[in-house]
Amino acid sequence: MTVTAVRKDPAARTMVVEAEFDASAERIWQLWADPRQLERWWGPPTYPATVDAHELRPGGRVAYHMTGPEGDQPHGYWDLLEVEPPHRLVAYDGFAHEDGTPNPDMPGTTFTVAIDEVGDGRTRMSIESHFPGTEAMEQMIAMGMEEGMTQAVGQIDAMLAEDAVRS
Amino acid sequence: MQTTLEFDQVFSALADATRRDIVRRAMDAGEGVAELASHYPMSFAAVQKHVAILERAGLVTKRRIGRRKVVRTNMAGLLVARRLLDQYEELWRGRIDRMTELVTEPKESNP
Repeated sequence: MTVTAVRKDPAARTMVVEAEFDASAERIWQLWADPRQLERWWGPPTYPATVDAHELRPGGRVAYHMTGPEGDQPHGYWDLLEVEPPHRLVAYDGFAHEDGTPNPDMPGTTFTVAIDEVGDGRTRMSIESHFPGTEAMEQMIAMGMEEGMTQAVGQIDAMLAEDAVRS
Repeated sequence: MQTTLEFDQVFSALADATRRDIVRRAMDAGEGVAELASHYPMSFAAVQKHVAILERAGLVTKRRIGRRKVVRTNMAGLLVARRLLDQYEELWRGRIDRMTELVTEPKESNP
């Protein structure tokens, strides 16, 4: 497991996922910068992604669609806000109509990627996602989540459990 | 039972330690607002306000039992909130697993 930390801040509606890889920052950047590599990890095996346009520069856009088991093809796009190879990427990930034009009725997510070498040939990547509300979350999940969907849900909210341990 | 919940409301309600404690106590569903208030170093009115915020978020309900009104946790509300965050985490864990496979595989095996 390369995920080293997950922090959820419900009040700020953010989630940070940190991971470490045995690779250089440049190699990790390529996962984002090379559309053929991006296609291989963005969607789960049941919803593989196809990148239709890929302009990785500030103000540029990445357009993609995913293909589901029923042949359904949800479309999405990133509007790139900051692009600083190989260290930083900030993008708004939104939903698009079938012709690829943005669908403003569906709220998207803003994510910030930070990539930094930590020595010994290792690189840490952190992804901070900020989402506007329930609907955005559910849409994101519907588009990207097949695996893990069946994950059992505990009986009590994690935060409550933490409080109980502390008191 | 309320099942559609506003994510924002649920999580801003849960962002406060006192309110989380109220939610935890109210799972037993035995106490009214006045009894709940006795557990905290704050006024009845302040606790009443916390309960109202939780109620609006759908996390607790007030239920009349005889002459008393008890505060009860809505477990469905908690589970919905928890599930959404868990699923989002799972989405990124899956992506990072696939990234790891990509950076560790030998270049020759690229299809």
